[in-house]
Amino acid sequence: MTKMVPVPSRGIIPERDVDKRPILETHHLGIDFGGLTAVDDISLTIGRTEISGLIGPNGAGKTTVFNMLTNVYQPTRGTILLDGKPTAGKTTAQVNRMGIARTFQNIRLFSNMSVLDNVKVGLHNEIKENLFASVTHAFGYVKAERKARERALELLDFFSMADMADAEAGSLPYGAQRRLEIVRALATNPGIILLDEPAAGMNPSETAELMENIRRIRDTFGIAVLLIEHDMSLVMNLCEGICVLDHGKVIAKGSPDEIKQNPAVIEAYLGKKKEAE
Amino acid sequence: MLKFKSLKKTTRTAVTSYGIILVAFAIMFPLQQFGLLSNAMAGQLVPICTYIVMAISLNLTVGVLGELSLGHAGFMSVGAFCGAITSSALQEVIPAAPLRLLVAIIIGGIFAGIAGLLVGIPVLRLRGDYLAIVTLAFGEIIRNIINCLYVGVDKRGLHISMKDIASLGMENGRVIINGPQGAVGITRISTFASGIVLILFTLFIVLNLMNSRTGRAITAIRDNRIAAESVGISITKYKLTAFITSSVLAGMAGALYAMNFSTVAAKKFDFNTSILILVFVVLGGMGNITGSIIATTILYMVPEILREFSDYRMLIYAIVLILVMLFTNSAKAKLFRERVFDFVLRRKKNEEEEGVKND
Amino acid sequence: MAFLTNLINGLSLGSVYAIIALGYTMVYGIAKMLNFAHGDVIMVGAYIAYITMSSLGLPSFVAIIFAMIVCTVLGIVIERLAYKPLRQATSLAVLITAIGVSYFLQNAALLIFGSAPVSFRSVVKIPALKLFGGELIVTGESMVTVIACIIIMIALTIFTKKSKMGKAMRAVSEDKGAAELMGINVNVTISATFAIGSALAAIAGVLLCSAYPVLMPTTGSMPGIKAFTAAVFGGIGSIPGAMVGGLLLGVIETFSKFYISTELSDAIVFAVLIIVLLVKPTGILGKKISEKV
Repeated sequence: MTKMVPVPSRGIIPERDVDKRPILETHHLGIDFGGLTAVDDISLTIGRTEISGLIGPNGAGKTTVFNMLTNVYQPTRGTILLDGKPTAGKTTAQVNRMGIARTFQNIRLFSNMSVLDNVKVGLHNEIKENLFASVTHAFGYVKAERKARERALELLDFFSMADMADAEAGSLPYGAQRRLEIVRALATNPGIILLDEPAAGMNPSETAELMENIRRIRDTFGIAVLLIEHDMSLVMNLCEGICVLDHGKVIAKGSPDEIKQNPAVIEAYLGKKKEAE
Repeated sequence: MLKFKSLKKTTRTAVTSYGIILVAFAIMFPLQQFGLLSNAMAGQLVPICTYIVMAISLNLTVGVLGELSLGHAGFMSVGAFCGAITSSALQEVIPAAPLRLLVAIIIGGIFAGIAGLLVGIPVLRLRGDYLAIVTLAFGEIIRNIINCLYVGVDKRGLHISMKDIASLGMENGRVIINGPQGAVGITRISTFASGIVLILFTLFIVLNLMNSRTGRAITAIRDNRIAAESVGISITKYKLTAFITSSVLAGMAGALYAMNFSTVAAKKFDFNTSILILVFVVLGGMGNITGSIIATTILYMVPEILREFSDYRMLIYAIVLILVMLFTNSAKAKLFRERVFDFVLRRKKNEEEEGVKND
Repeated sequence: MAFLTNLINGLSLGSVYAIIALGYTMVYGIAKMLNFAHGDVIMVGAYIAYITMSSLGLPSFVAIIFAMIVCTVLGIVIERLAYKPLRQATSLAVLITAIGVSYFLQNAALLIFGSAPVSFRSVVKIPALKLFGGELIVTGESMVTVIACIIIMIALTIFTKKSKMGKAMRAVSEDKGAAELMGINVNVTISATFAIGSALAAIAGVLLCSAYPVLMPTTGSMPGIKAFTAAVFGGIGSIPGAMVGGLLLGVIETFSKFYISTELSDAIVFAVLIIVLLVKPTGILGKKISEKV
């Protein structure tokens, strides 16, 4: 069954989500850089608790799509509806508050801060503490900080990282840094989380653990996951809907099985991959 | 000592910072009261307090927020002259000196904060070196404007002119700011104790801020702006918060400074002063508040100590500055230090192991 | 007529700023550092020329060449001793070191030459040009300064576009690592940049003091700061930008001195700078740098 279908025929989102509107929709999204069209005509629909994948060869424009979804780049064309509300003209920070969180291809942690503080920064908009309380350390400061700490530790514990809470984020091993980025994104209480190559640089056992974690994120938090990944076995096993990009355009959409058999995909992506192996 | 080390890092910083200031006060205050300090030394007490506040507040912008500001003395200037005007104008209304000082410092802080807001809103959109150049330009503009400013007070209130004293049109009034001469006829009401109180206040604000939701947001912007935005932190809001807090504190320091002298000219707060404060911050360590306090005290005293070498002192100061920067920052020096450190550690470890064997 | 007089004076002052700004901009483009000591190199150049002419009694062109040689050597020495060890350090650390070098040069000059200003004898022997029946006077200094600026500008453009070293400079400013991998000696290239910048500073020093004949150890700092803003004005890292920025700054300064207020002219210059940066955050001819996410 197709989880991600072209708009406007839309509508087919995971069965468990059918009675709700999709968390994220894009209509004919495109962006030009200096007259050059980098990405064009991207239309996606992602259900509330769907795990979907964005794949494609290097340079296909996958990260650019993420950057448009989070308004790091303002799209030249098309619309993005997050939980039914358009995100045009919003800042990255405002879009995050509307319910979209992300990780980065090249890890972007606050590397001089502790692991706990990284998560607390993620909790920023969940903490009720105004400037006055911040400066005086009174008027609700203690309560707010205690709650933030509890929540941060809870989230870290979810990825069995609670024992690293006081370590400096930059000193963590690579895999833990990737996990911390996910925790920090989850701390913002999003409706959908975008993961940019979460398995990059991981060994098979770490990748297996990551897959398990992504499923747990969906099941526990009840949110949607959209990921960019080059590890085909991860994508095929994990994702319910897949969108394939090549040269900035969607060349296929559908379930893993459909994607595997799509001749255009095989030519653009999997074919090469098979030859390489 | 072990117990101290087991404390949280933020608590440790707070204990050391407040501790240093209180101990310094406990030692210097009796000495000053019993007239045991040389005149030169006693005269330096309030300026040192002022520069400590300046360094801590600049550290908030440069070290914690990570934006280079080359115009911090500009905010000090705004505070100094607004404070001087307030104090002179209120001489009859508030006869009690400490209260008048307090009011002057608060007014100085408020106006410097407004200046910070006006500069900050447009400027904080710029990045890196451009922000530095605009803060530099702002500092020069303030200095230039105050150089042409004439303010006087009479029964009818304040009179302001950009031309000369005559155009103030006062009746038996008192001139407060006299163009290039700056603020004149200031009643010297700043005291060492008030300087210490202002430092403690600054520490309270800055240390609390650093260890809070707001402070984390500011540090996050410094560490990785894009990631901070991606978790919903409004960059402009927190940059402005840090920048304005820093300006307010600088303005307060300026007011305290002005009230320590009978006259203060605008050229006292020029580019070189901004640079001097930046040097204190960088040598004390970026984001390191205790470091700022220590570096300011030592570096402020060095030229005084070198006074015997009179002509050579600033030259020596320059050489020391370059050597310190080379030693603390060059790749080779870093390698050298690491080796020494390793060597010491290994010896310590060997000794410990031998100790165990001997047992 | 007042307008033309001011325009010419402004262009002349602006040419000096432009020549100094070239030094800032080239060093910034290649070493990515703000060389705050650059303004003090101007002062050193002027003193050397002064001594050559007054004490040694040599002709002015010898003085200029001698000043250029000393400043070139000085520039290379400063770079080697103070900046090279800090290649990997933060830009702020380099900035503070440059400030240290600036203090050093000023105070060394103070010890050697004393704090009293000396009056500099103009190197320009060309008589002033009287136009419109003496209503418009163009001094020899103005003409020489503007012409020198144009020649330097053209020469530098050809140098960076055509010569091997110039190409190396552009490569290093684009990507130091890649340039090194292509066999370019980065250290030599950076030294050469400092050498050129310092030689230009010597010329600027001589021209500045010929037009405004007061020379003292702090002579270089204010023109230094202004030339630096001129470089930012035009778009730092860009050679034509430094030229445009310098000339504009000189003209704005002269006009605001004449038409608005002598005391407030600096404030106006800096205010215009702020406005330009707000409208075009990378300066007039600066390139837009976008951050990769």
